Amino acid sequence: MAVATLPTVKDFAVTDSHPDWCGGCGDFGILNAVKQALARRGRAPHDVMVVSGIGCSGKLPHYVRTYGLHTLHGRVLNVATGVKLANRDLEVLAVGGDGDGYGIGAGYFVNSGRRNVDFTYLVHNNGVYGLTKGQASPTMQRGMQVKSMPEPAIIDAVNPIGLAISSGYTFIARGYAMAQRELVGLIVQAMEHRGTALIDILQPCPVYNDLLTIDFFRGRDIGHPRSYSLADEGYDGKVHDPSNLDEIVAKQQAALAKSYEWGDRIPIGVLYQIDLPTFEDGVTSRRPEFETASLIDSARPGVDVSSLEDRFR
Amino acid sequence: MPASDLSLMFGGPAGSGVNPMSEIFMKACSRAGVFVFTNVEYHSNIHGRHIFFRIRTADEPVTSHVERVDVLLALDAETIYGTDPHQDYQSHKGHLHEVVPGGAIVIDAKAGITAENLGRDDVRLLSLPYDDIVRSAVEEHGVDYNARRHAVMANMVPIGACCALLDFEVDRVLPIVAERLPERHQNLVPMNRSVLQHAWQAAHDVLGDEKFSQTLHARDDQPARMLVAGHEAVGIAKLHAGCAFQTYYPIAPASDESVYLEALQADWPIVVLQAEDEVASMNMAVGAAHAGVRAATSTAGPGFTLMAEGMGFASITEAPGPVVVLYQRGGPSTGLPTRNSQQDLRFALQPAHGEFPHIVVAPGDVEEAAQYTHLAFNWGDRYQVPVVVLADKFIANSHFTVDSLGLEGLPVDRGPIWTGDVNGAEPYRRHRLTSSGVSPRAVPGTPGGEFVTTSDEHTERGRIEEDIDNRIEQMDKRMGKLDIMLREIPESDQFTLHGAEDADLTIVSWGSTRCPIRDAIRQVERESDIRVNNLQIRLLRPFPADAVREILERANRLLLLEDNYEGQLGMLVAEQTGIQIEEKALKYTGRPFSQDDVAEAIRRQVPAPEAAMAAQGT
Repeated sequence: MAVATLPTVKDFAVTDSHPDWCGGCGDFGILNAVKQALARRGRAPHDVMVVSGIGCSGKLPHYVRTYGLHTLHGRVLNVATGVKLANRDLEVLAVGGDGDGYGIGAGYFVNSGRRNVDFTYLVHNNGVYGLTKGQASPTMQRGMQVKSMPEPAIIDAVNPIGLAISSGYTFIARGYAMAQRELVGLIVQAMEHRGTALIDILQPCPVYNDLLTIDFFRGRDIGHPRSYSLADEGYDGKVHDPSNLDEIVAKQQAALAKSYEWGDRIPIGVLYQIDLPTFEDGVTSRRPEFETASLIDSARPGVDVSSLEDRFR
Repeated sequence: MPASDLSLMFGGPAGSGVNPMSEIFMKACSRAGVFVFTNVEYHSNIHGRHIFFRIRTADEPVTSHVERVDVLLALDAETIYGTDPHQDYQSHKGHLHEVVPGGAIVIDAKAGITAENLGRDDVRLLSLPYDDIVRSAVEEHGVDYNARRHAVMANMVPIGACCALLDFEVDRVLPIVAERLPERHQNLVPMNRSVLQHAWQAAHDVLGDEKFSQTLHARDDQPARMLVAGHEAVGIAKLHAGCAFQTYYPIAPASDESVYLEALQADWPIVVLQAEDEVASMNMAVGAAHAGVRAATSTAGPGFTLMAEGMGFASITEAPGPVVVLYQRGGPSTGLPTRNSQQDLRFALQPAHGEFPHIVVAPGDVEEAAQYTHLAFNWGDRYQVPVVVLADKFIANSHFTVDSLGLEGLPVDRGPIWTGDVNGAEPYRRHRLTSSGVSPRAVPGTPGGEFVTTSDEHTERGRIEEDIDNRIEQMDKRMGKLDIMLREIPESDQFTLHGAEDADLTIVSWGSTRCPIRDAIRQVERESDIRVNNLQIRLLRPFPADAVREILERANRLLLLEDNYEGQLGMLVAEQTGIQIEEKALKYTGRPFSQDDVAEAIRRQVPAPEAAMAAQGT
């Protein structure tokens, strides 16, 4: 790609591979938003690496023209961490499902929040394990029963926003797959954020989840869309003074309160954001060269190590 | 036996300074031009359980321990007598029985051990008042003795006494003490010198005119050699190979290597990341490898268990690496966390579900641990597979004298890298079928090289594909790399037949047992006309079956020697060559083979009249 021209959505299009998602799947909306956000971000396709987990969402890298790693179930954050630290110049997008991130990958979800490596993490949250035919995911609430479940869920759902707050995520947002304009904006903001940026993206699974349907989100039963924009209501989740513990606690409490809003009104937007040192900043504090030279540029295979050997003489 | 072959042992409760004491003395020996080998045995415990450090010195290279102890330097009575025999279970029996007749024991007088109650009248007992010696040395400097500040220097007392016993100058020890003390404590160096001198004098007085039978001769004509532990050698090798990303989760005995590298991050281009578990460690390293840097992780058996899925993932996605250094310890499960074993060979050969290519290489000593770690990165890049360097606790924690690690001049091979043109008509194929069997890899960030790859079966383009023909093509491509490795990796790296071709006995081994085997063969051949050679197999996957079969068929008599219960190399050899090695020397105590263990195993196999005759001097 010529350096001077900014990429367009078409530059991220893939022609030799077509999504095998079901009709009406929220994944289409997320894929489309990813491509638009990448174009708006202005990074060339070869400067982007999309890393995904396992499940329907995990197939996303196959449908966007960037570098892509379709990894293991629950390990997307591990792999994304390795990629980003190896080459800081890459725009790294981690993508996975709710089971992938909040279930089998829950330990990595927590520790990635603590680590705060500079990448974006999109969670496709549809409440079910679609690819294995509709078992309850970690976000399925107690007592709920979608049509593929023989019995209602008897354990509580995880609150991903609350978990993210207490894990130390520095950018926490919720999107909705079918609200394209907002979702594109959120993904761009997440990529611009320094640190690990989480977007929990609500999406319908039209085949297995007959509760969280498009009609549910549209609010056909209550006469108004259930999702609403936090920004429109003047909600400001950003911590303006990261050294002010009172402000941090207040903003975290507000975000946590919003995370419990469900039913007739579901908030969409940035719930919490704070500028804190990234993992890369920590590495730079040990070794200043890391600020400007990625590991891929500074590694020196075959380097003389006799000075190290001499320490043992 | 080498002319000045000494076996010293420092022992005491964990946390009492056995390690620093031993490390100071071994370094002083090394600086004095003496060849040193050490090994340490410790419990999975922070404070209180028995720990001992063997220091063997010789005027020629030694790489294993012997069972006997010439000088036992004890910090407590347990080191001598073991744990209370009236307890439910006697955890260890002490080291008194290992002290040779004519040997010596140095002990703190506080332990209350006297010549009368020791129960051995054939050893020299030096019961010294450690605290009083420190007190008098401190007061010599016009300072009031303060136990909280000064008692720690009691560690110097056995060293000073050892110097007196072996006629070794205490001034050779002092520079090492100074090097170990931080800048702010350099003012303590003269006081430490006084403790050493007072201890030397006290021991000297006890010995009187009756000198100890053994001496430790400094050899100042010798070049300055390294005294290095395996975990340090591997760490240096990783830096030499340009490894830029090391992940780990704390585990004995592997994390020493990562902690060593962590301390070097300010000056070397490497990030050492302590992950939340070994699943994360492994997959972070796989991600970094795909992104184009040489990446590695280190672990022990329990951690490698968690890395299993990452091995399959790295292999099916043809990641260039990572390099996994697996320091085996006693299993199964938590097993013997701080003890040695070779129990993980079969696990390393098949660490995950499905069929996939990877490399398993087992270095035999500290230099090989460094060199094969370096080569592992080359192999990972060239064949785009994960590489397991199969080491163990013995290699990790033992110290060896070497001239250098032998890294200089080893080639750097990053394997085929795609640099194709951006406007090429054909899209780049990450898993392209090539005549060489390896697909040139595009480094993410390269224009035009955008690829996706996946843990699913995939096409040349990395797209998920379940078609039968494609499956056959990609399986054949991946698995075919094993044959290519066997063709391309030099045979001298795959295995070595050490010693004469037509030996009476051929010991078949892998990994660190090479160290005691080398010493034992030298001993046996000096003491008898028995000729023994050693087939040391390094490359365990892919396995050099034809070459090994040929050597085994030529051998007069075979002995399998392994630090495990099942004889896992024997099983592999049988599977790969059809040859069953009937005679086995297997040890699964969690302790490494000693030179004596191996010599005994040899003699059991070849009770040759020559040996008996040599012993009788006929």
